Amino acid sequence: MLYREAGQFKTSYEADEAVFPILQDRIGVALILVIGFAVVPFVSSNFIVNSVLIPVLVFSLAAIGLNLLTGYTGLLSLGTGGFMGVGAFACYKLTTFFPDINIVILILLSGFVSAAVGAVFGLPSLRIKGFYLAVATLAAQFFLSWCFIRVPWLYNYNISASIEVPTRTLFGIPLTGPTATPLMRYIIVLSIVVLMTWIASNLIRGRLGRMWMAVRDMDIAAELIGIKLYRTKLLAFAISSYYCGVAGAMMVFFWLGNAESESFSINQSFLILFMVIVGGLGSLMGSFFGAAFIWGLPIILRFTPQFFGMPLNAATVEHLTFMIVGALIIFFLIAEPAGLARLWQVGKQKLRVWPFPY
Amino acid sequence: MRAPGGTDVAVGDVLLSVENVSLSFGGVKAISDVSFDIRKGEIRAIIGPNGAGKTSMLNVINGFYHPQQGRVTFKNQTRSEMRPYEAAYGGIARTFQNVALFRGMTALDNIMAGRTLKMHSNLFWQMLRYGPAMREEVEHRHRVEEIIDFLKIQEIRRVPVGRLPYGLQKRVELGRALAMEPDLLLLDEPMAGMNMEEKEDMSRYVLDVNDHYGTTIALIEHDMGVVMDLSDRVVVLDHGIKIADGTPDEIKRNQSVIDAYLGVAH
Amino acid sequence: MDLLYKVFIDPFVQMGAAPDLLVQTMWEGLVAGVLYALIALGFVLIFKASGVFNFAQGIMVVFAALTLVGIYTLLRNWGLQPSNLAAFLALGLTIGVMFVLAVGVERLVLRPLVNQPDIILFMATFGLTYFLIGFGELVFGGEPKVMIANELYLPKGAIDIKMLGGFVQFQKIDIAAAVIASIMVVSLGIFFQRTRIGRALRAVADSHRAALSVGISLEQVWIIVWFAAGIVAITTGIMWGARSQVEFSLQIIALKALPVLILGGFTSIPGAIVGGVIIGVGEKLGEFYWGPLLGSGIESWLAYVIALIFLLFRPQGLFGEKIIERV
Repeated sequence: MLYREAGQFKTSYEADEAVFPILQDRIGVALILVIGFAVVPFVSSNFIVNSVLIPVLVFSLAAIGLNLLTGYTGLLSLGTGGFMGVGAFACYKLTTFFPDINIVILILLSGFVSAAVGAVFGLPSLRIKGFYLAVATLAAQFFLSWCFIRVPWLYNYNISASIEVPTRTLFGIPLTGPTATPLMRYIIVLSIVVLMTWIASNLIRGRLGRMWMAVRDMDIAAELIGIKLYRTKLLAFAISSYYCGVAGAMMVFFWLGNAESESFSINQSFLILFMVIVGGLGSLMGSFFGAAFIWGLPIILRFTPQFFGMPLNAATVEHLTFMIVGALIIFFLIAEPAGLARLWQVGKQKLRVWPFPY
Repeated sequence: MRAPGGTDVAVGDVLLSVENVSLSFGGVKAISDVSFDIRKGEIRAIIGPNGAGKTSMLNVINGFYHPQQGRVTFKNQTRSEMRPYEAAYGGIARTFQNVALFRGMTALDNIMAGRTLKMHSNLFWQMLRYGPAMREEVEHRHRVEEIIDFLKIQEIRRVPVGRLPYGLQKRVELGRALAMEPDLLLLDEPMAGMNMEEKEDMSRYVLDVNDHYGTTIALIEHDMGVVMDLSDRVVVLDHGIKIADGTPDEIKRNQSVIDAYLGVAH
Repeated sequence: MDLLYKVFIDPFVQMGAAPDLLVQTMWEGLVAGVLYALIALGFVLIFKASGVFNFAQGIMVVFAALTLVGIYTLLRNWGLQPSNLAAFLALGLTIGVMFVLAVGVERLVLRPLVNQPDIILFMATFGLTYFLIGFGELVFGGEPKVMIANELYLPKGAIDIKMLGGFVQFQKIDIAAAVIASIMVVSLGIFFQRTRIGRALRAVADSHRAALSVGISLEQVWIIVWFAAGIVAITTGIMWGARSQVEFSLQIIALKALPVLILGGFTSIPGAIVGGVIIGVGEKLGEFYWGPLLGSGIESWLAYVIALIFLLFRPQGLFGEKIIERV
């Protein structure tokens, strides 16, 4: 009975079209935002912020990016890692060229570079579909990975072929680099992620979202109602890559502090894809669930046996993670293809009628 | 965006005409040298035994298939090849035999998708969902709600269409086609798989659309009763050839038509 | 101008200047291509028979190789002599393991997902891949192992042939690989085309439901075909492991089979070989003669780009069937 929506009447279409039309949802989201911005920073240790919160936020954004392309538009992409890398390296070059411009602006700008690259690799989507398009994205991934090592201009001719993040500040407070506190980095990342999630949600509920979903569900019928397939698909690639690029830039600048090419390899692409599958294809909320789950699992695996006095070594943890993730992917595809997000909705449905069973 | 091609056509004049169209797939000839026209404001039925080439004909009009020979003239503009996008843009909408709805979306979203061509707000406002973009959403929501009222599908607005029973799916698909405010509406077996009541409802909707919105309708249908009651004129195809063209009464009495349906070789 | 010369003229000049080197490079490409083709063959088998695009083929190769070496080591530790006996016994047991794997996959992954769209099954094989990676690493450990090539009577050493003004070296193991692969392709081709089971497999590939309705047992078909793919995986694993080492990075190389499939078509057994050879030779030639222009390592993406360009002109591949969409 907690979650009843009876009695909440919408008196205008605007109200009906709101992000969270149900009052309980609005309260819930407001609560989460308050907790996120005001409570967590004071309650969590640096370790949690650095190793859990920031990476989960960063990966959630990348998962949202991939979800827009694969979950909403139906174009399977295995190039996510590469596009994240483009954003990261673009941001690095931008900080080299424009050391005085605010880092947040540069991060948001570097997304445009990866959007452009994404659109270029999306060009084949006019003629190629399905599995074949996935292979085209693999070409993008491997080519970009190669570029990250073989184009020295990208990492300013650094001998170790890696990039190190310079210190940048906002109002005098260091945001990046060795002197930036985890707290500051967390707040910035959270802000960017919240903003971009809101934008994604707006796009999804509007005309573009419908166009994307139409292309996903039946592109022939989509053409017949006047949707230009090519433009829609290219926009999907571009916007998705924008999100992945920003996520990649944030990953390097606000989390890792440096980057090696492995950060943007094919394994990264698969990781994000798994987050999207487990969280729920075609669900923004699912992207967060998936990222939290896939990222959190090895951490839980590491600490729980230790807690019970049976520590596992790091390698075993990694192997177990792979096994569990693999098995879970299969499980989710069998039992609940809509992922954790659907389980969440089912849970809410139960809440609607709780304490009655149905 | 370009303006839709073609000029406006007065009621009673020819809206669409198909001239000497032939279509083959590999070795199979689906349509052989068929010509007929559709007048603005009428309900035109296309009938014939299975495999006669009726759906292929609609696909040609739509721009799905490109005929090897012949031309299609729509709104006084002649093309040898129509593209699906151009057909939509020009004012042709269509429903399918196997319902071609977007299964991952709700009924409301499906019908709103039909408004895509009429919505123009740019990406920036869409990202904010404010200002012009929001106003446009609401304005088109009004129109879509009119259609929802007309088709009496209010309760299932937010239901993903994959979960709807067949009859309701067909209605939603009709709604999506109507949302395009088409000049010409192509209905491919809209009554297929329906019981008596549902057929009556659908027939009434088809008639209302023609009356109320003035939409020209071309309809493929197997149920003879429906065809006779609804249509102004009928064209009959068999094995890809046109065997008759006229009013329902004329068709009823036409010997070749009777033969075709009874399976007599001719 | 200079650039045009470097790209379009110079490499061919180099090829002509040292033809023995050219043949050597082409041979290396051929061998690599044959191995890619073997992996592609595993894909084709499963796809032809179940419509499932088995992304896990690569890890199955590694897993098969690891199991073989692992069981052999175990048998030797138990004191089994002579080593050849142990090797072939290990081989037999590995075949058994792959059979169990086939049954397991059919029961736990395929059966629950029957009638689901292809993309779901494709993603399920991603899950399978990661599961097998974790499992393999857990059981066998992550360090590279040495393939028991000698014990399996696989030839060692090389043949040097004097030709074209120089020497061309042919590793005997490579020749063996090419021969074994050809035998495999031919026998599989005959199996599919001529036998009753082969016909059943093709029926299932077309439509699960239709095959069920004529009484074909999907379970049996799938077990047979995954098992066959397992045999191919063992062969590939042995050959590949014999040429280098048995390690998990092989799994990524297996992704190269995808461009092979694009060229050869997803359902054509001869196509897999042709596609493999084209990709293998193209890659090696590209790396050797054009590589220095761009910086080395273009092998990592050249195959995909070749496939991509190919797709733009012929979306169904060399041997694939043209897809006609009907509404």
